[in-house]
Amino acid sequence: MGLKQNLHTLKMKYQGTKMAPAFNAIHTFLYLPNETTHNGTHIKAADDLKRTMNMVIMSLAPCLLFGIFNAGYQYNVQTGDVTKALSFFSTEFWNFSNFSIGAWKVLPLVIVSYGVGLLVEFIFAVIKGHEVEEGYLVTGMLVPLIVPVDIPLWMLSIAVIFGVVIGKEVFGGTGMNILNPALTIRAFLFFAYPTWMSGDKVWVTGAVDTVGQPDAISGETILGSLAQNNGYGDWSMMDQFLGFIPGSVGETSKLLIIVGALILILSKIGSWRIILSTLVGALSMGLIFNGVVNAGWVTESSKFFGLMSVDFWQHLFIGSILFGAVYMATDPVTASQTNKGKWIYGFLIGFISIMIRVFNPAYPEGVFLAILLMNVFAPTIDHYVLEGNIKKRANRLKLKTA
Amino acid sequence: MGLLSKKDTRLILDPLADDNPITIQVLGICSALAITAQLKPSIVMAVSVIFVLGLGNVVISLMRNIIPSKIRIIVQLIVVATLVIIVDQVLKAFAYELSKELSVFIGLIITNCIIMGRFEAFALGNGPWKAFLDGVGNALGYGVILIIVGFFRELLGSGTLFGFKVLGDSVEKTGLYAIGYENNGFMVLPPMALIVVGIIIWVQRSRNSALIEEN
Repeated sequence: MGLKQNLHTLKMKYQGTKMAPAFNAIHTFLYLPNETTHNGTHIKAADDLKRTMNMVIMSLAPCLLFGIFNAGYQYNVQTGDVTKALSFFSTEFWNFSNFSIGAWKVLPLVIVSYGVGLLVEFIFAVIKGHEVEEGYLVTGMLVPLIVPVDIPLWMLSIAVIFGVVIGKEVFGGTGMNILNPALTIRAFLFFAYPTWMSGDKVWVTGAVDTVGQPDAISGETILGSLAQNNGYGDWSMMDQFLGFIPGSVGETSKLLIIVGALILILSKIGSWRIILSTLVGALSMGLIFNGVVNAGWVTESSKFFGLMSVDFWQHLFIGSILFGAVYMATDPVTASQTNKGKWIYGFLIGFISIMIRVFNPAYPEGVFLAILLMNVFAPTIDHYVLEGNIKKRANRLKLKTA
Repeated sequence: MGLLSKKDTRLILDPLADDNPITIQVLGICSALAITAQLKPSIVMAVSVIFVLGLGNVVISLMRNIIPSKIRIIVQLIVVATLVIIVDQVLKAFAYELSKELSVFIGLIITNCIIMGRFEAFALGNGPWKAFLDGVGNALGYGVILIIVGFFRELLGSGTLFGFKVLGDSVEKTGLYAIGYENNGFMVLPPMALIVVGIIIWVQRSRNSALIEEN
């Protein structure tokens, strides 16, 4: 009798007891349950919710790994321990020193995010007496990737509890939530502890502790620098594309996000319509701002000049618009469900993201706010798309019968 | 028989819990969101509403047989406006700082749905003593929620209670702040008041399943 059979026997023995859902969660995570349908099966597919979630996590893994190295690299570059990496496979980037500093900072974020989040999920599963929901598997991975590396762990725990309970459980759990839980967590942190979530001191580890010292570490992002009309700083186009820049843990490397996007699109988990339309929306807003600058309506004295004059295509490489488009906007629960709705939904996310980015220099990243806003509107968009379709077909019927 | 009959006690106690104007009837939410960032204005607001609703209910109840029903809303408004102006003037005279803090919201007691609701639903059909108890009860129910929300918002948002630094000094880094605690800026913002009220409703309904509506 193998381990699987033993687990199954245990499950049968304790069926219906209070802690059963918690046990079942671990059981089904490891093995396929023994229950099978009693009548004939109609659809045979291995990609249940758990497998889908695991696929997303796999597509996030490169970003996390890169984020760990990058957290150490940003610190080491500023202290002068390593010189700037020139190519993607440079040993200046992929070395043990970078990894150890980064891992020391990033892994606790991952552990806290999963530990607290799953604990809340288990508690709710036991109270409600149903199976533990898989939704947090992805959320728990996304959360460490979208926060600054130095965020205190207790703040993260409170935010995770808030995000899971208020963002998801009160609506009835995974699949019923209106707002993306990972972004709810980020929004909570952003409004509750703004000094840890924005500004020029939090994006590189150690920057907060060294404020005011002669060897102070600058923790500013490219967006922050642009918002103050200071240009791109020391970062080249290639740095931005490969991801050797300060920012939230996992969102810097555009190359790896594109790889993740391909995994999601090819496995048909992420909607290419949403990703594409988000980027189109961002580009159009960028073009409008470029047009405004070219027409001379906004001059260099304006506080919006720095971000407005960024070439429209470059908006995709700074900040987290790409990460948001690929991993956040495509969340199947909170996005629009209809194909036409997805185009509208994505386009507005991109459009509003860049608008917030330019018009709010104090908090120069608006992607998460834009996605949360459109999460709220997604059902409305779907409603009107459906209504439009019904009307169209009704008209067609009328023409036919007339 | 004591001062309060069994029925009278229910008039006072019901609105405190199972018939609470904020959490069950969902009235008077606007002011609950606006002035509960700190405990002191919450309490002053609660006391003001107790005064206005208690007296207002008595006045309306005394006049209930002579008010022509076509113009009763206007009469009710005049009564409540008079009382609110009294409260406003008293605050301006004796607690100017507080009055500035509460600003327009004292004036807005006039539009507080709870007050018009009690006038219409109770005072117009009952005697002055009952109306008084009902008014005080409902205002107390409103005040209790205000004070709970204000307590949590001030404690977690500013680290103070009534302005006293109960968690230590956030600038000097004493008390809890010495070990890295920080105030939750979200608590001071109105959306968090809505969430706190929501949590109170959640707790209340899960303790008393009779409150849950059937779909």
